[in-house]
Amino acid sequence: MRLIVPLQGVVQGRGGLILGSLIPCALFYFLQLYLKRHRTSKPDPDPPSPSTSSSNLAELHRSSSRSSLSGRGSMGRVRVSSRAGLIARPNESPYYIGLDRVLEDPYDGVDNPNGIIQLGLSENRLCFDLIEKWVPDNWTESILRTDGGDLSITGIAAYQPSDGLTELKVAMANFMSQVMRRSVPFDPSQVVLTAGATPAVEILSFCLADHGNAFLVPTPYYPGFDRDMRWRTGVELIPVHCRSTDDFTLNITILEQAYGQARKRGVKVQGILISNPSNPVGNLLSRETLCSLLDFAQEKNIHIISDEIFAGSMYGSEEFVSMAEIVDTEDFDKNRVHIIYGLSKDLSIPGFRIGVIYSYNESVLAAAKRLTRFSSISAPTQRLIMSMLLDTRFIQEYLDINKKRIQHMHDLFVDGLQQLGIKCAKSSAGLYCWADMSGLIRSYGEKGELELWDKLLNIAKINVTPGSACHCIEPGWFRCCFTSLMPEDVPVVIDRIRKVTETIKFSS
Amino acid sequence: MGFTLSNQQQQLSKIATGNGHGENSPYFEGWKAFDSNPYHPTKNPHGVIQMGLAENQLSFDLIQEWVLNHPEASICTAEGAKEFKDIANFQDYHGLPEFRNAVANFMGNVRGNRVTFDPDRIVMSGGATGAHEMLAFCLADPGEAFLMPVPYYPAFDRDLRWRTGVQLLPVACESFNNFKITRAALEDAYEKAQKANIRVKGLLITNPSNPLGTVLDRETLKSLVTFINEKNIHLVCDEIYAATVFTQPSFISIAEILEEEEVECNRELIHIVYSLSKDMGFPGFRVGIVYSYNDAVVNCARKMSSFGLVSTQTQRLIASMLSDNEFVDRFIAESARRLKARHAKFTVGLEEEGTTCLKSSGGLFVWMDLHKHLKEPTFEAEMALWRIIIHEVKLNVSPGSSFHCPEPGWFRVCFANMDDQTMEVALERIRNFVLQDKEAAVVAMKKKKRCWQSSKNLSLSFNRRSRFDEVMMSPHSPIPQSPLVRAT
Repeated sequence: MRLIVPLQGVVQGRGGLILGSLIPCALFYFLQLYLKRHRTSKPDPDPPSPSTSSSNLAELHRSSSRSSLSGRGSMGRVRVSSRAGLIARPNESPYYIGLDRVLEDPYDGVDNPNGIIQLGLSENRLCFDLIEKWVPDNWTESILRTDGGDLSITGIAAYQPSDGLTELKVAMANFMSQVMRRSVPFDPSQVVLTAGATPAVEILSFCLADHGNAFLVPTPYYPGFDRDMRWRTGVELIPVHCRSTDDFTLNITILEQAYGQARKRGVKVQGILISNPSNPVGNLLSRETLCSLLDFAQEKNIHIISDEIFAGSMYGSEEFVSMAEIVDTEDFDKNRVHIIYGLSKDLSIPGFRIGVIYSYNESVLAAAKRLTRFSSISAPTQRLIMSMLLDTRFIQEYLDINKKRIQHMHDLFVDGLQQLGIKCAKSSAGLYCWADMSGLIRSYGEKGELELWDKLLNIAKINVTPGSACHCIEPGWFRCCFTSLMPEDVPVVIDRIRKVTETIKFSS
Repeated sequence: MGFTLSNQQQQLSKIATGNGHGENSPYFEGWKAFDSNPYHPTKNPHGVIQMGLAENQLSFDLIQEWVLNHPEASICTAEGAKEFKDIANFQDYHGLPEFRNAVANFMGNVRGNRVTFDPDRIVMSGGATGAHEMLAFCLADPGEAFLMPVPYYPAFDRDLRWRTGVQLLPVACESFNNFKITRAALEDAYEKAQKANIRVKGLLITNPSNPLGTVLDRETLKSLVTFINEKNIHLVCDEIYAATVFTQPSFISIAEILEEEEVECNRELIHIVYSLSKDMGFPGFRVGIVYSYNDAVVNCARKMSSFGLVSTQTQRLIASMLSDNEFVDRFIAESARRLKARHAKFTVGLEEEGTTCLKSSGGLFVWMDLHKHLKEPTFEAEMALWRIIIHEVKLNVSPGSSFHCPEPGWFRVCFANMDDQTMEVALERIRNFVLQDKEAAVVAMKKKKRCWQSSKNLSLSFNRRSRFDEVMMSPHSPIPQSPLVRAT
């Protein structure tokens, strides 16, 4: 009551305009101060503990509140960095949740036939027999073997250049040339070796962009980029949405729009990140699109990072064209082009951690080499892989057989999905297919898609990656990796999906 | 090409174009001298001997013998090939369970089994280099700081700061009490930070110390623990040289302090960095370990370890080797014995010419006192002396200023990265230099004495050596900018 009378006076003009604006402003200011104080002293709520019994949907937070870092009560006393706080909270993305679930309950034909079948990790198990046969025939001597024939541990134990042994760079350049069928071979002096493609991507991000800068990324894209490009670098990824009407190929007009919008927001775009062959769709960028991209990058004076890690996992009849091919044969400024590669997909050795940055930019090479001190490849592994890569006859045989087997699995799997009325996007590479299950989702949107994902994970017991985890603008698409399956597993998977599709059709 | 230069200048990041890598500092001059003219007993006997790299090559033969006798451990031999598929395909950032178990077992072994380590708290990283950076990312935000007792390993300036944006603040330690870390110095550094509005997130210690080779005693460790608990800041203990301790006083790990009853400590503040690069001599394997008593840090670091996972082939090899308890016990004992012998030979050889080193019980180096050879007690004189040592004496040693040492005249000299013959050559070169320098000093002194006597008719018992000693005892100057820091 006491407040109303003077306010009334103010409103009626007796207090004057100044008082009329001053008092509410002051009140507003003090309210903000009060709220701010209370927000910082209030302890953060504990995160919901991951429970295996409840649906995984509960684990997906929509709110932006930060969960507490560790057990109850310790948050107030011990502070870790805010970076750590963001990273340490439970994995929100269904991509990671699914991977964790499979670890808890992995399918095994004999030992655990009711376990979850992994279709969410793009790994290739189809050609292990070839490597297993090659290893005892070729790695008969100890890892201590050196080129000189003398057995010496110093060759593998002592400090090595952090960006990789020169001989391995040469072998890797040759291997990449072979895989991508290059007319102009890759140059070993432009190769920087890293402990996997994961640090390779992060190192490039650190070299090309400052905190707060951005990269344009066509969607859908590999969920791991959110971690690799952004986590520790503070860089932003701006999606450039591709659509099924375009077969999920990149449209330069949409790229222009995304760039323009970023500029309006005052965000500095430092480059474009593409994956070619694309992950998760599995299509290839045409020569024309690559040239258009280079034109665009040149015009805006930005970089292009081309992740070509699936270049050796082709199965279609389409021709793969590396960014290197375009740059070498056409008249473009090379300094803005950087290629990522690795042996995790094409040679199925993700555990060995072998990644490549291939750049035409001297300054980037110099900086990247220095940064490899945090992510070097283990020396004994380097020596071993070198001898495998140098066996070009074996590599050719491997690539040819691998292509046939991926094709075979692809056809089996895609046909199987077809029988259920599920179509896949056009693709000719990669270890997965991009399946359209939008017909099976009840409410057309991300929520419906995640409900379907949850059913597939918990009822059908298969882990697939929903399009939303890949930032796909159209709901209902799922990435299904089929190269970790044996041909006899395919009917099992199809049957399990059928159970879910029938339940859905029945209830609708 | 037809494009203007401005078109070709794509902007790169500050990290790429800045000097955070620290390689422009004069510290690397020595490395360049070695790289361009490396010593070889027969091919290049007058080349530069590398004494700036702390590498343990004394016990390679034991490792070699084990690897030859256990071909299946490498998985890439006929014997191990059947495991190849599973190992090559395993990319879980938790690491192979047998690897973590073996590392935990080894870490306990190295500490005389006085403590045990939980394999679930072990997180991999790309060498200790990667481990330190990873912890810096986990514990501190850009602009926040770690306290660092001086002198400290120069690469910390790069590893802890470059990509993380974290600061390093020195804690003063002096030679008169063997560079002990005192409570007063810690408080002083902490207060300075507070006044400068810098938030201190943690204290980083290396124990055994690099470059000193000394170990921290129980009292000091307890006082550090008390200090960090009071301030509620983290304590990162780099114990990478744990198994290089070859004599008394023996090594006491922070893990042991935590087990003591009267020590009150919030364990969540304690983190250990470890690696196999020094103790086993495997720097090329890139096996770095973060061991944290803090669940949130383990959780976060584990996810971050994706940027520096250890190759599973290496994990498998290490797991086999370190689970072989008989081999491990034999190796630790023999390695310590050889380090002791090499250290003794080296230091005795130096003392014969009157060159002393800080008394140490571990590490792969000595902290040599060459202040007598400085023309003046300044860091400029230290750098001048260092250049003489590199270019004339032809030894790449590391000047104390690059370690942020507050007093000029100290040099870190590594002795475990060469064979006996090379060490003899190095010793000979140092002896010759010391002798020549002494003679030159005597001649100069005589000249000066004559000048003084003739001009002022005074007879001073002027001793160049004692003048410098006097200066050294005066209150130490504030820690100067080291070449490395200047460069960044």
